[in-house]
Amino acid sequence: MTALLSILVLVFILVAIWQMVKIFDLTQSVNARSDDQVANDKDNKINGYLMLGFLAFIYVITIICFVKYGDLPLMSNSASEHGPGIDNLMIISMIIIFFVQTVTQFLLHYFAFKYKGEKGKKALFYADNNKLEAIWTIIPVIVLAVLIIQGLFTWTTIMNVNEDNDPLVVELYAQQFNWKARYGGADNTLGKANVRLIDINRANILGVDEADPNAQDDVITTELHLPVGRPVLFKMRSQDVLHSAYMPHFRAQMNCVPGMITQFGFTPTVTTADMRETPEMQDKVANINKIRVEKSKDLVAKGEQALDLYTFDYLLLCNKICGKSHYNMQMKIIVETQEEYDAWMKSQKAFKDSLID
Amino acid sequence: MSAHADTHDAHDDHHHKETFVTKYIFSQDHKMIAKQYLITGTIMGVIGVMMSLMMRMQIAWPEEPNVIFQALLGKWAPEGVMDADIYLALVTIHGTIMVFFVLTAGLSGTFSNLLIPLQIGARDMASGFLNMVSYWLFFISSVIMVLSFFVEAGPAAAGWTIYPPLSALPMAQGGSGAGMTLWLVSMAIFIASSLLGSLNYVVTVINLRTKGMSMTRLPLTIWAFFVTAIIGIVSFPVLLSAALLLIMDRSFGTSFFLSDIFIQGEVLHYQGGSPVLFEHLFWFLGHPEVYIVLLPALGITSEIIATNSRKPIFGYRAMVASILAIAFLSTIVWGHHMFVSGMNPFLGSVFTFTTLLIAIPSAVKAFNYITTLWKGNLQMNPAMLFSIGLVSTFITGGLTGIILGDSALDINVHDTYFVVAHFHLVMGISALYGMFAGIYHWFPKMFGRMLNKNLGYIHFWVTAVCAYGVFFPMHFIGMAGLPRRYYTNSNFPLFDDLQDVNVIITVFALIGGAFQIVFLYNFFISMFYGKKSVQNPWRSNTLEWTTPVEHIHGNWPGEIPHVHRWAYDYSKPGHDEDFVSQIVPLKEGEEELQH
Repeated sequence: MTALLSILVLVFILVAIWQMVKIFDLTQSVNARSDDQVANDKDNKINGYLMLGFLAFIYVITIICFVKYGDLPLMSNSASEHGPGIDNLMIISMIIIFFVQTVTQFLLHYFAFKYKGEKGKKALFYADNNKLEAIWTIIPVIVLAVLIIQGLFTWTTIMNVNEDNDPLVVELYAQQFNWKARYGGADNTLGKANVRLIDINRANILGVDEADPNAQDDVITTELHLPVGRPVLFKMRSQDVLHSAYMPHFRAQMNCVPGMITQFGFTPTVTTADMRETPEMQDKVANINKIRVEKSKDLVAKGEQALDLYTFDYLLLCNKICGKSHYNMQMKIIVETQEEYDAWMKSQKAFKDSLID
Repeated sequence: MSAHADTHDAHDDHHHKETFVTKYIFSQDHKMIAKQYLITGTIMGVIGVMMSLMMRMQIAWPEEPNVIFQALLGKWAPEGVMDADIYLALVTIHGTIMVFFVLTAGLSGTFSNLLIPLQIGARDMASGFLNMVSYWLFFISSVIMVLSFFVEAGPAAAGWTIYPPLSALPMAQGGSGAGMTLWLVSMAIFIASSLLGSLNYVVTVINLRTKGMSMTRLPLTIWAFFVTAIIGIVSFPVLLSAALLLIMDRSFGTSFFLSDIFIQGEVLHYQGGSPVLFEHLFWFLGHPEVYIVLLPALGITSEIIATNSRKPIFGYRAMVASILAIAFLSTIVWGHHMFVSGMNPFLGSVFTFTTLLIAIPSAVKAFNYITTLWKGNLQMNPAMLFSIGLVSTFITGGLTGIILGDSALDINVHDTYFVVAHFHLVMGISALYGMFAGIYHWFPKMFGRMLNKNLGYIHFWVTAVCAYGVFFPMHFIGMAGLPRRYYTNSNFPLFDDLQDVNVIITVFALIGGAFQIVFLYNFFISMFYGKKSVQNPWRSNTLEWTTPVEHIHGNWPGEIPHVHRWAYDYSKPGHDEDFVSQIVPLKEGEEELQH
């Protein structure tokens, strides 16, 4: 139906264009002078006013976007310790951008309107002004210096993982098209692993070294559980192509590269349960479910299954093009209290017990 | 003046017999080659835009049957439902075609070829033959790229960045078989074409300038083309080497980019290579490529804004300096595409620093454009509208670069729609506007006829509204965390509330895409039936408007004119007209501006 609609719209547009084209052909044959395709005062006037209109359009679209979609999940409600640092920097940058954008677009379009050409008028011969140029070189330098310095502080804090505070070590393992997590077990140390050790028949799917004593109590899972408040150090591996472990709620992302181990660390600060309770999240979920209920009505009418209602969960998404099912490569992340985490961990099988003889 | 010009006598424009083949096909005349580039680029542009419209329809109405898909994609859209593999192929080929075939070859190829000899006062390019070879290599590579759609397992589908191992292993995805081979072959030929062209441009600008045309009197168009060619010569060979090494890995069993891979139940023999190495090599071209696309557009805009403002370009020296600064910086910022690639975080810091520096020359350029408009006498020709539009999208798109260039912020918006919105505005739309501006402005020079201005106005205003309608809201779905290159978002209920924005974006895209027909109609009809142009329709100072309207070999019938002043003496006090051609000698007591 929508496809049909879109085609109809296209056809109408084409017809409209065709009509306009005919009209302009007619106007063209009436005028005989050869420079009549150069803008005249009337064109300058009309387009000058349109420039003002376009400025208004830019402002309106900006306002609509901020009002309607300005509830930006990537600028508020972060669920990790370093998150607010990124969010603050983002807000500072956005304010600067918003200010510069508003002013420069105004100048550009307003000048285009104000100085629209008139026959007989002469422009001002004004070719250079070192002072002015110095000003708009130095101002960006100062603004950027601030942004660069704050950016680099934030970046270094995030990327320099402090291994002294005993982070929980978790391996994120990527393959076309799913994620696995591997925990170090009681010793919090991951056993050695390499794809060459993969033995499907023994269910050793991550290529963990069976002889490594550290590997015996490793735990491999398809959901990522994290205890709240404890630093986590992720070690990323991929067995086939590039993937990227993207955890937007935690402001975390790192590529998984075959042949090397990459890492990223953060401390989750809000449990899944607490996040579900925040008013912002409840609004968002209610809104999404309203949309899903609407969609389900259509689906049921067509004899298909209705959509499940949505409940919030943190997610790990693949964010590097990795093949056909890239769009569906995800893993649920559950942040919970230490007790819940311990109970869950207890129910998991250790690596040595998961092997098939 | 070089010996080159002396070999041409006056009135010898019929000095060798021309057949249809030597005039229209294997032509060595730079003006004809420019037209060939333009028309090939336009056709590739139509293909590239149609691909993007199909992608947009899939995103807005995922997995719904669509007769357009059925008609255009054939077996890739069984019963009109787009296949997930072909979606990625569309993403890949759309990017490749638009970046390389339209905005590199179509833009630089057209306007460097047309304008370098005409604006510096040369009879032709330094080597007409190399120039012809360059075009035909481009043509062959275009044909191969389009043909790759017809191989059994589909065209390359690993994204235009073709990161291995995805692009290296045929078992990783369908497009990494014969489709990727054709992609690599096509790009290798394309690079050869681009290098031949660039060498020619550089040599021509250095050696063939007419008497009096010092470097500081060059129009900014020529500065932009000249510097662009140098960036191309520096960076394209690196992509060529990356492509060759990838061919080695794919076909000859080497391990430059591959290591420790287990796929479809077997361990591959590759050991010791690194995909990150490929990323470095790719982006060593990939980032300068952005400026290869953008600088010619900025050069064209500088010329058009000055001419149509009837004012000198403000801060000529600063404009040249910022082109040079951008060119230099562009070669040391590639790492900002790789903040989360797994490279050393310290490198991330370095690249953040160098990347944000680019904002300084960019800001200088933007402010200088705005100041050029100030107290001007703006002639709102379609070319002028597109130039003002370029400045607008360049600012809007450029500003978000401050976020993406900042490694700490990039962590979270990397590879989301925020990036897509950013680069489409700042280099895609801006460069496209530059190309349109150039076409509207120099169409009379190319074809001796005028484009219809009213169609031009409709074209600009609808395009301008749609461009913002498409890419402005796209920033917001990116900031909501939506990754790019997803065939459908329906597996993530998390993003369900973004679907209505996606529909709006698609509607804008469809309208904007459809209205390009106005341009195509205007272009092809005016080529034959447009109003005949006068010699200097825009009352411009530069040399190309001193040549006759009808094209002749060697450009000027008599001697090549000498140059006595810079290109921007518009509305200069002491002159009756509001423009003074570069060939007019300084009046007694008239001072040339110290620039």
